[in-house]
Amino acid sequence: MFKVADSPLDGRVPDGAIADKWDNRKNELKLVSPNNKRKYEVIVVGTGLAGASAAASLAEMGYNVKAFCFQDSPRRAHSIAAQGGINAAKNYPNDGDSIWRLFYDTVKGGDYRARESNVYRLASVSGNIIDQCVAQGVPFAREYGGTLANRTFGGAQVSRTFYARGQTGQQLLLGAYSSLMRQVGAGKVTLMPRREMMDLIVDEGVTRGIVCRNLKTGEMEAHTGHAVVLATGGYGNVFYLSTNAKGCNVTAAWRCHRRGAYFANPCYTQIHPTCIPVSGDYQSKLTLMSESLRNDGRVWVPKSADDNRAPNEIPEDDRDYYLERRYPAFGNMVPRDVASRAAKERCDAGFGVGDTKQAVYLDFKHAIERDGEDVIRSKYGNLFHMYQKITAENPYQVPMRIYPAVHYTMGGLWVDYNLESSVPGLFVLGEANFSDHGANRLGASALMQGLADGYFVLPYTVGDHIGKHGSSLKPLGNDHPVVQEALESATSRVNSILAVNGTKSPDSIHRQLGQIMWDKCGMARTAAGLKQAAEEIRGLRDVFWNEVKVLGSGDSFNQNLEHAGRLADFLEFAELFATDAWHREESCGGHFREEHQTEDNEARRDDDNFCYAAAWEFQGVGEQPVLHKEPMEFNEVALSTRSYK
Amino acid sequence: MSGQGMNLTLRVWRQAGSEDKGEFRFYQLNNVSEHMSFLEMLDVLNERLIKLGEEPVAFDHDCREGICGMCSLMINGQAHGPDNETTTCQLHMRRFRDGDTITIEPWRAKAFPIIRDLVVDRTSFDRVISAGGYVSVNAGNAPDANCLPVPKQDQEKAMDAAACIGCGACVAACKNASAMLFTSAKVSQMAVLPQGKPERARRVLNMVAQMDEEGFGSCTNTSECEAACPAGISVDNIARLNREYLKAVVFSDEGV
Repeated sequence: MFKVADSPLDGRVPDGAIADKWDNRKNELKLVSPNNKRKYEVIVVGTGLAGASAAASLAEMGYNVKAFCFQDSPRRAHSIAAQGGINAAKNYPNDGDSIWRLFYDTVKGGDYRARESNVYRLASVSGNIIDQCVAQGVPFAREYGGTLANRTFGGAQVSRTFYARGQTGQQLLLGAYSSLMRQVGAGKVTLMPRREMMDLIVDEGVTRGIVCRNLKTGEMEAHTGHAVVLATGGYGNVFYLSTNAKGCNVTAAWRCHRRGAYFANPCYTQIHPTCIPVSGDYQSKLTLMSESLRNDGRVWVPKSADDNRAPNEIPEDDRDYYLERRYPAFGNMVPRDVASRAAKERCDAGFGVGDTKQAVYLDFKHAIERDGEDVIRSKYGNLFHMYQKITAENPYQVPMRIYPAVHYTMGGLWVDYNLESSVPGLFVLGEANFSDHGANRLGASALMQGLADGYFVLPYTVGDHIGKHGSSLKPLGNDHPVVQEALESATSRVNSILAVNGTKSPDSIHRQLGQIMWDKCGMARTAAGLKQAAEEIRGLRDVFWNEVKVLGSGDSFNQNLEHAGRLADFLEFAELFATDAWHREESCGGHFREEHQTEDNEARRDDDNFCYAAAWEFQGVGEQPVLHKEPMEFNEVALSTRSYK
Repeated sequence: MSGQGMNLTLRVWRQAGSEDKGEFRFYQLNNVSEHMSFLEMLDVLNERLIKLGEEPVAFDHDCREGICGMCSLMINGQAHGPDNETTTCQLHMRRFRDGDTITIEPWRAKAFPIIRDLVVDRTSFDRVISAGGYVSVNAGNAPDANCLPVPKQDQEKAMDAAACIGCGACVAACKNASAMLFTSAKVSQMAVLPQGKPERARRVLNMVAQMDEEGFGSCTNTSECEAACPAGISVDNIARLNREYLKAVVFSDEGV
């Protein structure tokens, strides 16, 4: 199913002790003088935490920036939906936190499949992020004395999570957005909303720009510059049902992959344990209930499989608080992958609750008895409100019903330590890259990574590329052959989709893809299932190109066409996903292979054979990709079996 | 309600492009489950239309969990429909009855031109923010976060205002299509926080000027905006904006 490259892939990690690596690298990086920065243009695709913070920071430094998003405004990016919080090693609660401890927890939480040096840098700039956000006016929760408040999140035994009610992502994104809009007002950033990136322009191996479709007019546009920054989020919607926004897609990343950027660890998917269960076949997305709820909520199922009593009628003795039973040290606060698998295990064994039996209870009874309803309301009011809206049940009175759902993708485009992809001049930030979370991301770390990359890493490293290549990169006109070729290929792809004129809607094919992915590439995977999934995906791709029906034209606002284009890329990407999951003959983090588990159903890693990032090189649709292995070296945190018992 | 689902008549605004003439079209939709969200009901309609060879209804949506502000829709004349503090994506069909006729329109305001069907252009909101809805601080400049204590009640007030999702329901609900609630939410957030103090005068003056330039109307003082707001933004913020504006005009060097 694939070929293996001869030599290992180099992450270009700087020398020195782990705590000195980032300083050492910064000292080596080329600088661009303030007067010269204004001669250069950087293209930023995506305006979530990573993209907006990067675009704002680059403009503050003096670069000219063009910022692209498919939504009508940069403020809509899906970072906005993050609920619980953002981690930082401030140690404000005086409970023994440190940069090293945040680094350690993240490496361990990622099940030893992240790049150590990147994680250390992430932990070391985490404090600066909080400082920056507070300076912007982000209204983080505070104590009565006026200092910042913290709470605990999964996978940690300290309180290092900063939050703004249950809307932390919203407030952080609006902070980054306000900095971005300040630069728009100053004329340093040109906003390009309602644009879909369709292709990467590469000339002589160096990134030169992008092609995008103006979603309002359908016009295909080429934009060239001196570097391209991709911050386009994750690909969870390959499962159709996920907690992602409906528009989230893999298209920009996949188009870059097709132009030579390696795609790393696509199979690492985070299935979040606390989501509102699926209720009907019309369901269009799944809604997350923040992990922070596990601070006060207790997860349980009935001890007896056929206990059909209402939850409040089931006495304590007949309840199985299975997380507390299996993992006494971390209890309800185990990492997400562990909690999700434990829920699936109980439901598969017949202990699930609700009509579908595919749910477990998350119960606030004890917290409300202990702290009172008002305290619980002040902490989680908006989440309880949202739950009640969707389910018509009052979680103050009856336990929530929850089930795992696809939430975040740790895999992404491969980047080196500088966040530069395998195509020089293309940088990848946030969820769109692969580097910091290994095989499982800890709660409240996605916001941290997005802002770390955008505010404090990329602004330094992009200068190195521009310092080295900027003066030799002359602007490319629309008549340049590589620009022409990219424009024509994007146009012809749109036309081919419109020309199929079959009978099946993009949505119906996307649902089929989601079913294949959930059944065979979801929480439990087997070699045979994955192989079959790859075959079914290829078959479904043929169905798409022979039977899809997209009405309307390419030169107008056409949401159905947008969806079809994204689906076409998901259908290519999904096969790589299945191949990656099939090739990784071990279980780690969110990647659980049924063949590789311990006697008590925990993931069993194979560090001798799989302690590497799998970076895939595109060879053509349906062709065998080439696997480049970047060895993951653990010099600071010894490789060991994760235990949360 | 029976297990059969509801039979509904939908009266939907269709408009091919910003320059085209729009019209209401009627669609019959049967067997709608009460557990569907309003947007899922529109998904079902669109799947049906594709089968019939009619172009699906365009509507903006993204997160479908009430926070991104992308979804909109006037539903039976109410912005985001009949529920309080609820976006259209969080509105569920259990709120409707078998046999209902539901009228679905786009936001209507001069500053929100229609792009297609139910989709409008809200970039005017972005321009209002870029006129002053920020603190001028570059990345890398910030002192330690706890250097600046903020009284809990001020932080709570700022958070109440900062919860605005920028959807535009306030404008759509206002007979003058005023953006005062939107603008005042951002002005308030910054006015009650110490971080926002240095720029408070120029912020309010510039944002109000931009709001006027975009073609939003004057405040009617009827609080329709507050009633329609899915994020629970209070008209107290408008009062605060007015005070900020007056102070800026009378006392600051930035005044006109």
